[in-house]
Amino acid sequence: MEWIRSLMLPPQGSAFAGEVDLVYMALFWMSVVLFLGIAVCAIGFAWRYRYKPGRVTPHQTHNTMLEIVWSVIPLMLCVGIFFWGLNGWMKYAVAPGEAMEIQITAKKWLWQFEYPDGSRTANEIHVPVNKPVRFVMTSEDVLHDFFVPDMRVKHDIIPGRYTEVWFTPTVLGMHTITCAEYCGKGHSDMHAKLVVDNDADYQKFMETGGSEWEDYKMKPAEWGRLQYERKGCSTCHSIDGSRIASGGPSWKGIWGKMEKMNDGKEVLVNADYVRESMMQPQAKIVAGFDPIMPTFQGLLREHEIQGLIAFIKSLGNDLNGGPPAPTVLSLPPKPAPANQQQ
Amino acid sequence: MANTLTSQARTADHPRPAVNYLNAQKGIWSWLTTVDHKRIGIMYLVGVLSAFLMGGIFALFVRLTLLNPQHMLFGKVLMTAETYNRVFTLHGAIMVFLFIIPSVPAALGNFVLPLMLGAKDVAFPRLNLASFYFWVFGALLAITSMVVGAVDTGWTFYTPYSTTTQGSVGLMTMAVFILGFSSIFTGINFVATVHKLRAPGMGWFDMPLFVWGIYSTAIIQVLATPVLGITLVLLLLERVFSIGIFDPKLGGDPVLFQHFFWFYSHPAVYIMILPGMAIISELIPTFSRKTMFGYRAVAYSSVSLALLSFIVWGHHMFVAGQSQLATVIFSALTFLVAIPSGVKMFNWLGTMYNGNISLETPMLYAISFLLLFGIGGLTGIFLGTLSTDVHLTDTYFVVAHFHYVMMGGTVIAFIGGLHYWWPKMTGRMYTEKWAALGCVLVFIGFNMTFLTQFFLGSRGMPRRYYNYLDQYQPLHAFSTYGSWVLGAGLFLTAINLLMSLRKPMDAPDNPWGGTTLEWKTSSPPIEHNFEDQPVLDRAPYDYRPQPVAR
Amino acid sequence: MSTSTVDLHDQHEHGHDPHQQHHFATMEQQFDTSKIGMWLFLATEVLLFGGLFVGFGLMQSRYPQEFLEAHEHLQRPLGALNTVVLLISSFTMVMGVLSAQRSDRKKLVMYLVLTIICACIFLCVKYFEYSHKFEEHLLPPRWYHAQPGDTVRDAAGNVSHGYGTFFAFYFMMTGLHGIHILVGIFLLAWIAIRANRGEFSKAYYTPVDLVGLYWHLVDLIWIYLFPLYYLIK
Repeated sequence: MEWIRSLMLPPQGSAFAGEVDLVYMALFWMSVVLFLGIAVCAIGFAWRYRYKPGRVTPHQTHNTMLEIVWSVIPLMLCVGIFFWGLNGWMKYAVAPGEAMEIQITAKKWLWQFEYPDGSRTANEIHVPVNKPVRFVMTSEDVLHDFFVPDMRVKHDIIPGRYTEVWFTPTVLGMHTITCAEYCGKGHSDMHAKLVVDNDADYQKFMETGGSEWEDYKMKPAEWGRLQYERKGCSTCHSIDGSRIASGGPSWKGIWGKMEKMNDGKEVLVNADYVRESMMQPQAKIVAGFDPIMPTFQGLLREHEIQGLIAFIKSLGNDLNGGPPAPTVLSLPPKPAPANQQQ
Repeated sequence: MANTLTSQARTADHPRPAVNYLNAQKGIWSWLTTVDHKRIGIMYLVGVLSAFLMGGIFALFVRLTLLNPQHMLFGKVLMTAETYNRVFTLHGAIMVFLFIIPSVPAALGNFVLPLMLGAKDVAFPRLNLASFYFWVFGALLAITSMVVGAVDTGWTFYTPYSTTTQGSVGLMTMAVFILGFSSIFTGINFVATVHKLRAPGMGWFDMPLFVWGIYSTAIIQVLATPVLGITLVLLLLERVFSIGIFDPKLGGDPVLFQHFFWFYSHPAVYIMILPGMAIISELIPTFSRKTMFGYRAVAYSSVSLALLSFIVWGHHMFVAGQSQLATVIFSALTFLVAIPSGVKMFNWLGTMYNGNISLETPMLYAISFLLLFGIGGLTGIFLGTLSTDVHLTDTYFVVAHFHYVMMGGTVIAFIGGLHYWWPKMTGRMYTEKWAALGCVLVFIGFNMTFLTQFFLGSRGMPRRYYNYLDQYQPLHAFSTYGSWVLGAGLFLTAINLLMSLRKPMDAPDNPWGGTTLEWKTSSPPIEHNFEDQPVLDRAPYDYRPQPVAR
Repeated sequence: MSTSTVDLHDQHEHGHDPHQQHHFATMEQQFDTSKIGMWLFLATEVLLFGGLFVGFGLMQSRYPQEFLEAHEHLQRPLGALNTVVLLISSFTMVMGVLSAQRSDRKKLVMYLVLTIICACIFLCVKYFEYSHKFEEHLLPPRWYHAQPGDTVRDAAGNVSHGYGTFFAFYFMMTGLHGIHILVGIFLLAWIAIRANRGEFSKAYYTPVDLVGLYWHLVDLIWIYLFPLYYLIK
């Protein structure tokens, strides 16, 4: 039966996923049985009692006992299912006291995470396996929703308020976080990565912010390309010269250009300008665009900023049109850690 | 299909009336100023079916855009995310407000209800015409809003997105507000008609079950729609004047909007399903040639559904930030509201048991309803159950669930009822084999489109998503193919019905052998419905060869 | 429920009252049905305002202190005057219906006119109240100006949004009510004109009765609004 479950439901990534799936599968089989019952009756009766001219049907207006039975039994079934669902839900609803707290700020259209020690990440989060983690969430603009299918948790994120969700991750590896409350143009691009690490990897992540860069030994522009996709830049900035509606200027060919701002001044697009645009996006607005870019202050590590700068530079400059944009990257297989222990 | 009730085509001794409601007055002005409930019903029918076509085209475009993750068709990107967001919003808004809510009550109900009661018209014929014109005005405003920027909020208009986004939210809000009046006036009319205009001898428990269903619906229309009205007014004030009640920066609460909105919109879904169920309660006894099993239970279940529908709105908000106590209470009440629907299902099947069943197209639709509404209702349990709802809400599972109950339920029943009363309304019989084929295609296409979406949802695909992860593509593609089959079936059905209008007007008074009063008059009826005031002489759905006199 | 059987061929011979519509068997059935229709419409009005009452209640429980302080700015004497005016108008309306039932055309018109005058006085008083609010910036949160008595403030000295929210609801509810009074004035004027033409008598006065029902509801809503806003401590 596990294969049926795995067809319908995502991998079980949290401690209570199993329980949720048990209820789901029970309801599923119950529904199959009841539906078959309805179908067999409806189609069976249509066949068995098919029209014969002159046949007189019995005048059965009601049968009180039968009607009571088929009202009371479903009612009892419903009461049972209600309590079973309530039971599972109560575990979801109340976080244990020792859960580590991570703060989420959702905004159109990216996820900002903040750890207890104050460090922040964007669109990616690492948590240690088998330890409960609690997310305290708020939005900076409209409604969003924190949904992690593998963990079987979901809750809306509301501006001006804090809402909570918690779980204990049990499976190592990458799980997807998606936004599940419609929030506009980038709603379906608002993904984040939840990486469940063993203790050693988690420690390393907290100290260094992740070693992907060193592991993969990418060139800065390639690394920047990865951040372009992961940190939400691609939602608003194209790299082929096209203009994304309600977004920002394309990055193609802007390096070294004298860009015109909305106050008439001209500014050179160099490393300082790009860095300022990420940290204080409202400081200078390119003419013809709206001041809607969120700040990435605290959300990008220094090597990520440098990667992005290098990537923009690689998209061509004003002088010679630049080399063609790099093709979509697929990451090479992860090399074994230098000090692997068994 | 001869029995003592079925009538043959009219004879020379008892000729078909030369003048009926269709040709009694001529010219477009006579239609535009009519107060005849039958003509108003026909005008509504044309209107809602046009809305259905428009909403359906938007749906086909939604599915086309989701055929592959790149949204490519013939090498070109079909539409951007912004356009997609508008297309799915308009699909929802048109279908809910312009089509489904008025469909059965205003198009079929208007036509059939007075006839079933043995009355000459509804209680307030001029109010009836006014209700139609409110529908037209609302529809025109909605179309205008589509043209001047359209709306990308989802049909639910959640704040703060709806109060801050660009687009013609104000116009669409006003359109829905106007449409609300149309619904309220229909409701007022039907409640008054059922109370005061029944034929002599027709007590409450002698009324057809279709009337009970429409009556229960009318109660909801009267009590729930004003709350939608005030919600839309608040939304408009918030958007135009920043009045502050939904904006957290001004001390407001965005979740308050959801409470207001769903307080109407949950009863609204019962406005949608109760009339559909009411049609099924006509079709099954008629085509089983057997009395309705559990008439009183079905009648009571309609009214209790109407009342219970007002106390479960929070089940749309289990993860929306309402209090935990409210969440638990709403889940419990939701299970309660499942029971009357189940009771109806059992009574319908009990009616078929030991019946004498023929499978003309209306009955094919009725059986389809049993299967499809069965799935829709059962999947509602997954959503009412708290632990599974957390995983399933806001995913395609919900989309599949509501399409099963709204389309697999109401629309299927509507089309079945349309075929059933077609000869009465038009005086013509459609071609049976094309109608049956249409039903089969609709059934297959519908399941292809929407059964798949349960699995998309349970596997984690959120709703209102333009982009999606590659792993969901096979299911999305299959669903899109299903939409083509569904569209073809609906198209075939529509063409078949329209083509029947070219045939001579030769339908019998009572082609199906029904026992309700509309079958006692000519097809189509004369202007004032009955030549002589009908008096009830048999209990409802009495198929005995010698019915017991009352 | 009527039991008389009507010969439906009687279309063009008016053997019945000219006001009786053809789908009704008797005038009594028509009148009773009209009243049911009107009561149903009044139910929709109750639910319309009900939503706002509920919203007010929720906001009051969120901002109890602010609502208490804000309501001190409402002008109780004017509110009380309006209450008396509306009560008088309901009385004159009842007298109008009574006059119609007695086929007393002159008195009917007089009472309808008196009702309209009361309604106009109500709206004038409302105008003065609203002007005062605008002058003092007692407005929804976006335009609200802090008042000396406002004690609920944040660290920076900004007033809580609760004050503005009170006035947002004040304007929405009294505004919606005022619109209903205005519509009522038009309805009353229409009825008065028809009454003056002699259209109503004890045989047929349904429109007077129905407008009367509407007017009583509008009065009743004010009876709830006034204490809720002006008097509750």
